[in-house]
Amino acid sequence: MARRTHVTTSINGLPTEFLCEPRQSVLEVLRDELGLTGAKEGCNNGNCGACAVILNGRVVNSCCVLGVELEGAELTTIEGIADGEKLHPLQQAFLEEAALQCGICTPGFIVSAKALLDSDPHPDEHKVRFWLAGNLCRCTGYDKIVRAVLKAADAAETPVP
Amino acid sequence: MEAFEYLAPSSLAEAFTALGNGKRSMMLAGGTDVIVQLRENRRHCDQLIDLKHIPELMSVDIRSDGGLDIGAAVPLADLYNNREIARRWPGLVDSASIIGGTAIQSRASFGGNLCNASPAADSSPSLMVHDARLVVASASGTREVPVEAFFAGPGRSVLQPGEILLRISIPPQPARSAVFYHRFIPRNEMDIAVASAGVRLALDESGERIASARVALGAVGPTPMMVAAAAEAVTGQAPTSETFAKAGEAAAAAAQPITDMRGSMAQRKHLASVLTVRAFERALQRIREAR
Repeated sequence: MARRTHVTTSINGLPTEFLCEPRQSVLEVLRDELGLTGAKEGCNNGNCGACAVILNGRVVNSCCVLGVELEGAELTTIEGIADGEKLHPLQQAFLEEAALQCGICTPGFIVSAKALLDSDPHPDEHKVRFWLAGNLCRCTGYDKIVRAVLKAADAAETPVP
Repeated sequence: MEAFEYLAPSSLAEAFTALGNGKRSMMLAGGTDVIVQLRENRRHCDQLIDLKHIPELMSVDIRSDGGLDIGAAVPLADLYNNREIARRWPGLVDSASIIGGTAIQSRASFGGNLCNASPAADSSPSLMVHDARLVVASASGTREVPVEAFFAGPGRSVLQPGEILLRISIPPQPARSAVFYHRFIPRNEMDIAVASAGVRLALDESGERIASARVALGAVGPTPMMVAAAAEAVTGQAPTSETFAKAGEAAAAAAQPITDMRGSMAQRKHLASVLTVRAFERALQRIREAR
């Protein structure tokens, strides 16, 4: 085995250290070294978005980032989206709108949609569809997913009584 | 994926030292092509040199002379999210905003897109019609290469071992000019061009004649290509649909496409014409809207 590199980073707000080979992707590090299996391997070549994570405030495909690139970075994965037991409005909306079937694409959609709402809390449908164009779903046909994202954006607008 | 070493130099000098150590090197910018190619054993290296910690490669400079310098590793999202760039160089946003989806644009760069040297790369025709120069650095100095002279074939550029693409330098654009770039794909988003066309149109002082034009095509030959005949066909003419049609004919005549899974030779020739005509129309619209 090639020499492993020591990486110090922050994952979901927690200081994290790990060892990895330079050739290991962030997706491999998350799943195989750190036991964070929420990000999914779909295509492993940057097309499907199932492995989306938020790196230093931007959504990226974790299959196209090397683990060693995480030195000093801040990473958010699907495991860091909910507030403890309380679901994020996006997660709640995906449940309510039945925006998933097999579920493989769902973590990527939710992470990508969170990055969207972080940058633009009130996107229109057009913007949601273009933002999520790099996330592929082979089950639902996207309408329910888009509806869920728009609902979550609306929910954020209305404070819970 | 074969094993390699990872280096993250924080200066150009450090990068050139690493490049001179005799090992097979590859450069890492956004990694959206390179990491996939290494994984699929389509490319090989002993060491991967991450360029994103070198300030020169990550900076954007809107120059006082009206030009624009873009560090080779600057992510595409940094370009179209920059309001001044989006306002003054919409023809760059045309390509930066359609290379992959959001997650790709967070990382991918014009420099990486150029060095990957795909004949269908969206950045190439849009930069070519801007008359962009590529500043290439090595341990012994820098040299400038016009974008249209950068490509040597599919997947190959004129970069030599020991050289790094430093920045893309866009000169001030002519008065009363605008660029428009677009492509044909069978989907709405997230696809590779079947054919593409970029145009820069400049009007004379009267606004009724074409002072100059630049036309570039993508995905219709082994490299992106300038079509001088299309520019000549319109220069001095009135900016009308008849004039633009002549440029379209010249573009179709210059195109040397192949037939592959994305499209046939005949379809691509036809697209070269249609995309060129429409790019002229849209560039003209941009000039008029800016007035």
